[in-house]
Amino acid sequence: MLKYLAARLLTFVPTFIGVTLISFAFIRLLPGDPIIVMAGERGMTEERYAELSAQLGFDRPIYVQFWEYLTGVLQGDLGQSFVTRRPVWDEFFSLFPATLELSIFAMIFALALGLPAGVIAAVNRGKFFDRALMSTALVGYSMPIFWWALLLIIIFSGQLGWTPVSGRIDLIYYFSNPTGFMVIDAIKSGQEGALASALRHLVLPAIVLGTIPLAVIARQTRSAMLEVLGEDYIRTARAKGLPPLRINGIHALRNALIPVITVIGLSVGTLLAGAILTETIFSWPGIGKWMVDSIFRRDYPVVQGGLLLIAVMVMLVNLTVDLLYGVINPKIRKR
Amino acid sequence: MSLLSVRNLSVSFATSAGVFKAVDSVDIKVDKGEILSIVGESGSGKSVSMLAVMGLLPWTATVTADEMIFDGHDLSMLSARQRRHIVGKDLAMIFQEPMSSLNPCFTVGWQIKEALRLHLGLDRRARHARAVELFELVGIPAPEKRLSAFPHQLSGGMNQRVMIAMAISCNPKLLIADEPTTALDVTIQAQILDLLTGLREETGMGLVLITHDMGVVAETAERVSVQYAGQKIEEQPVASLFRAPHHPYTAALLDALPERATDKRLPTIPGVVPGQFDRPAGCLFSPRCKYADDKCRAKPPPPLGGDLGYARCFYPLNTDERAAS
Repeated sequence: MLKYLAARLLTFVPTFIGVTLISFAFIRLLPGDPIIVMAGERGMTEERYAELSAQLGFDRPIYVQFWEYLTGVLQGDLGQSFVTRRPVWDEFFSLFPATLELSIFAMIFALALGLPAGVIAAVNRGKFFDRALMSTALVGYSMPIFWWALLLIIIFSGQLGWTPVSGRIDLIYYFSNPTGFMVIDAIKSGQEGALASALRHLVLPAIVLGTIPLAVIARQTRSAMLEVLGEDYIRTARAKGLPPLRINGIHALRNALIPVITVIGLSVGTLLAGAILTETIFSWPGIGKWMVDSIFRRDYPVVQGGLLLIAVMVMLVNLTVDLLYGVINPKIRKR
Repeated sequence: MSLLSVRNLSVSFATSAGVFKAVDSVDIKVDKGEILSIVGESGSGKSVSMLAVMGLLPWTATVTADEMIFDGHDLSMLSARQRRHIVGKDLAMIFQEPMSSLNPCFTVGWQIKEALRLHLGLDRRARHARAVELFELVGIPAPEKRLSAFPHQLSGGMNQRVMIAMAISCNPKLLIADEPTTALDVTIQAQILDLLTGLREETGMGLVLITHDMGVVAETAERVSVQYAGQKIEEQPVASLFRAPHHPYTAALLDALPERATDKRLPTIPGVVPGQFDRPAGCLFSPRCKYADDKCRAKPPPPLGGDLGYARCFYPLNTDERAAS
């Protein structure tokens, strides 16, 4: 087990260097110059430009710049933002809780609806409920996120006025020593209405972000369940006289979870990518919005560092998924 | 009164090519503590008829019967919920493939205790004690340790013992064993059969043994029902069946036993069991029967009386033996 874990962690190294190289190269391939962006419309003299260029290290050969960046990263130094002059690391972790909170709620939404929907569809295979559910899932999967978000905003914020349009909490609340997770902070502070406010802000973005994973999970659960329901051990469970809820919900679902958690792992990447759009639409102060803003500012260290940290998150989640396989089904536990 | 009494059971499957009749007006009777063996080739409907009794057939199956009485309950009249109180408790079944019949995600102990909680409502400690006791009963060494094993960590024979332990956990009145030894080694086969007959002695449960192995029948059964293409074509006590089969199919099956071969070449039955599209108009066995004539091919023979083993045949064999005795 430990050996397996070590081997898996070792494969992180080339991926890690690859991501570093790609993020480093791509942002530089984009047309546009961070110094010009910084100067804005006022413009800049030749001397000042050269000075800044030297200060940011752009005057040296590109491979030297990459080497310095890589050695910095390996020592835990992701550099500083060109714009705010704060370490990328600090910026990331002050914003990441917002994204994490949103992603967790989106995933809870997707799982809470997707798993039962897939199970019920499989059990009622071919009947009306199955067809209705699967067509809905297909619509959910094909719908553009921004359009879906705007539609929900128009209905629930505009027409009904149930939810706010943007932000994470009403401005009247203030928390000292925040964890960054608004729901936790609201509960901790004990201020009346804080939790309700946080949740009201959270619900629409979470639904929007969770919609695609929901559709994928529902469809995957259905097809995995259909396969499992034909297995001999399901017949055994029925021969034991177990009630259908227990057969489908425990005996079958546990076996069907393997392909489902695989897509859950893969959805985490989608979730973080989707967060960029969702956060922009709902003005959610998370890393998605931060990354988009940084790309426009050509803030190289932020884009590089952000991509790298996101990539590491995705790798860790997928490693967890691989380890979960063995927990769920010991038959495929790694030797 | 018999423990299980099924009259005129038919099972048909809705397939994309039309309706397929897998079981065709079969009568089954099992008395308390009796071992009935159902014999037949693959596709003779022997498993399907028992799965119908258990209520385990897929939704594509249509089951009809004039009567399906188990232990005083008419199974066909019960709701699904009422039936679940009987199935798994008083009426239990084990299957052909022990490896795939146990859930790979749970320990065998968990799976056996689940039934104990559901039907007997035992508390945690009592469940554990009973599970250990059951494992000892079916001859699993180091039962305490085995309880926490997963099915893939045990051999096929051990898994079948687990299945048996699970099936008898609630002291069933009838155990249906669907080819319990087919997937196992020959040496293990004998052990499992000994175990089943031994358990019958101890607990007094009835046993239905579905098999295609006449050797198994000879060793274990008391009464034998021979099925062919969904019909019961003969039924007799084991000794008289082996001594004097009345249906030509039974006779041909017995002739095909290596122990009984008189010739160097083992006799075989030419052809295969008719399927969905080549069911003959008359006797279902007529295309493969060496005694068949035009009458056999024209209309199906009704079952004869009990003294002739209820054989579905116009020309039953060994009738003079009856006269002699």
